[in-house]
Amino acid sequence: MSVIIILIVVSILVALFFLAIFFWAVKTGQFDDTVSPSIRMLFDDKKQSKSKEEIGDKEQKKGK
Amino acid sequence: MAGMNKVEKPLCFHCGDTCDREHIVFEEKDFCCNGCKTVYEILNQNDLCIYYDLQKNPGISLKSKKFDDKYAFLDNEEISKLILDFNDGEKAKITFYIPSIHCSSCIWLLENLYKLTDGISHSRVNFVKKEFSADFNPSIISIRKLVELLSTLGYEPSISLEDSNKKSEKSINRSLYLKIGVAAFAFGNIMLLSFAEYFGFEGLEMNVQRFMSYLNILLSLPVVFYCASDYFKSAYSGLSQKFINIDVPISLGIIVLFLRSLYEIISMSGPGYLDSLSGLLFFLLVGRWFQNYTYQGLSFDRDYKSYFPLAIYKYVEGRLRSIPVSQIVKGDEINVRNQEIIPADGILKSSRANIDYSFVTGESNPVSKEIGEYIYAGGRQLGESIRLEVVKPVSQSYLTQLWNNDAFTKEKNQNFEILINKISKYFTVAVLVIGLGGFLFWIDKDLKTALNAMTAVLIVACPCALTLSAPFTMGTTMRIFGNRNFFIKNVNVIERLLNITHIVFDKTGTITYNQKSEVNYEGELVMQEDFRNIKALAMNSTHPLSRLLAESIDENIDNISLEKYVEITGAGLQAVVGGYTYKLGNRDFVVQNAHNSFMTTDATQIYVSKNEQLLGRFKIENKYRDGIQEVVASLKSKFNFSILTGDNKTEEQRLIDLFGEASAYKFKQSPQQKLNYIVELQKSSENVLMIGDGLNDAGALRQSDIGISVTDDTSNFTPASDAIMTSNALRYLPDFMDFAHISHRIVVAAFIISFLYNIFGISFALSGGLTPLVAAILMPLSSISVVVFATTITNLMAKIKKLI
Repeated sequence: MSVIIILIVVSILVALFFLAIFFWAVKTGQFDDTVSPSIRMLFDDKKQSKSKEEIGDKEQKKGK
Repeated sequence: MAGMNKVEKPLCFHCGDTCDREHIVFEEKDFCCNGCKTVYEILNQNDLCIYYDLQKNPGISLKSKKFDDKYAFLDNEEISKLILDFNDGEKAKITFYIPSIHCSSCIWLLENLYKLTDGISHSRVNFVKKEFSADFNPSIISIRKLVELLSTLGYEPSISLEDSNKKSEKSINRSLYLKIGVAAFAFGNIMLLSFAEYFGFEGLEMNVQRFMSYLNILLSLPVVFYCASDYFKSAYSGLSQKFINIDVPISLGIIVLFLRSLYEIISMSGPGYLDSLSGLLFFLLVGRWFQNYTYQGLSFDRDYKSYFPLAIYKYVEGRLRSIPVSQIVKGDEINVRNQEIIPADGILKSSRANIDYSFVTGESNPVSKEIGEYIYAGGRQLGESIRLEVVKPVSQSYLTQLWNNDAFTKEKNQNFEILINKISKYFTVAVLVIGLGGFLFWIDKDLKTALNAMTAVLIVACPCALTLSAPFTMGTTMRIFGNRNFFIKNVNVIERLLNITHIVFDKTGTITYNQKSEVNYEGELVMQEDFRNIKALAMNSTHPLSRLLAESIDENIDNISLEKYVEITGAGLQAVVGGYTYKLGNRDFVVQNAHNSFMTTDATQIYVSKNEQLLGRFKIENKYRDGIQEVVASLKSKFNFSILTGDNKTEEQRLIDLFGEASAYKFKQSPQQKLNYIVELQKSSENVLMIGDGLNDAGALRQSDIGISVTDDTSNFTPASDAIMTSNALRYLPDFMDFAHISHRIVVAAFIISFLYNIFGISFALSGGLTPLVAAILMPLSSISVVVFATTITNLMAKIKKLI
């Protein structure tokens, strides 16, 4: 049965690991602002090249 | 009417305003002004046009925004170091409050600022707080350049005197999050380890079971000594003031739970109640978190400092030098430019000033001042720059000395006892009596059973559900009010609303509109032609009243020419228009020695004469907010009213018509007098709700039992208060008052439910049948059911009352 003791110790250590991560997250201010990141993550990096193309198109039009 | 104009006008591509005054077409896009076009150009050149893809017309209108060398003072290191968070010459950190942040495009652009200019390495936006922080290299881009860049883009930071004493405040919530995390961790693991116990599983070896029990003790230590520390502290400070607050029975319950579990485990007589203990703390802390909800974007304790400028130009040996406002001393000569705030009382040295006191008094019409006149701090100069000789330093000025009053230093509402603490006295005593009774009942049998029964009572009576009912009801109510643009500082305000007996209104800006004035003509019938001529005459003057008059007359004045135009400062104007001599101005100027029926009051009015013949007068009156009549009508039966105003008695009759004869009216009140009036009301044991808007109400708002500041836009400045309300929410004031009472009743109902749980639990305890399993079920069940009850009923009632 002593194997269960090892298992318990391991599981508690894993749980402690997650608790430590939670502490780290709080201490680095990740819970201070919960709104901006939700907006920020929707910004699309790829769109930039697309808008560049658009500008390029316009310049071509102008050239004509 | 302007609204009848159906012609479709194009919307500005940048800010979404209609392009009516100006219309610029650039790259097939419409712009309403040069500023908007410039921003588009800047963004376009830097490939930042995603700004326009994220939101439609995201920009901020740049009409009438000029800042020439407004921010030159930031080049002065003495001043710039006041607002920097950090600076080592190579790297600097700065945080600004930018009121115009409003959409996702704003975040995107501000965080991509580094693409726009060199020197900025990183920038971040906190959307809720409207805060922008940047890391930059001050040797590449100066603070002034940074601020000017932001302003060009429409994101003008607000830099005020308050920034000079920045406190590095960490979110108080952080430690609460940590505590909730620890409690949840312990709760989950202890329950897991106790599972075998719950199901009476006996197959475990003795040493395994012992191991698990001691592990439980280990896990519960941080719960008792860390998570519960606030409850112990609060209970102790309550007791040391001979006052039993609700944290006393909670602390008692926690201590008894812990000690009894410790005893049971060590003596091997039982598994203990450590799962209930950590669960209890977890629920209590979650309740506290729900209750501590705050509107981060709003500031409830602003004083004059967040409105006064950081720096001012002072004449030093004939030249202008910027100095921090705090260093102004008596006798200094300062220069106040267009749109700048006058930071200290002084005497005007320039020939004329035109000062807008709207932030102070709520009155939007600017006041004209002559050379040699005394000027109070807090006004905003409009027009060319003026020179002032300072008479009093900033903190001693007429307006700012208000903050030296006691009302601002002592803690507000110390004596107010919230409902739960009223109950806790009786509750604690009752629990102790029942526990002792149980002990005495069993003592004949044996000591152990007697002690068991007593501790079981203390454990089961631990008022978890009771403590949760108020936070969840009031927290929900607070959010419901928030949806209606009535933002309260904390949940205690709701309970204090119940006791209000007297409502004090400020007049200007609170019950009247800030911007709109009504101009009414009184007198002989005048031809349309006269109105046209009067408008033409008024158009020539820069005096605010003339401006107002000119705007109010809806006539076409093309092809009208003036002759012999004369403007006499402090009196009026005169000119020959269309062959007639018109005079506009105050009574003495327009009518010499005439006695006429409508010359009784000294209202804000402009007299008008034609060829020395008095025609009549224009009365300029404040316009009352829509719906204010209904508000007064529905509150009349329950509350007494007072009206405080800095204005003269002109509008007395209109106010009496509105509020009735029984109300008290106080005119020409200084900020200090307003505060004193509230003190007097409170002495005659009235509970006062003050509704005001300007800085001159700040003292009264602070002194009153509840101060509500009304504002047109919540990103504007509001003086320190218990609640902030947008002006369109004012009409719901009676509904808010009603709903505070409803919430109170819901709390009482939730109390009754949790009492029932307690009685049920105590009967278990007294009979000696409180096993750890029963405790582990009863405790979360009662808490969760009370929470569910409180939130759903509150939301339901809000729906019925049409508040959501």
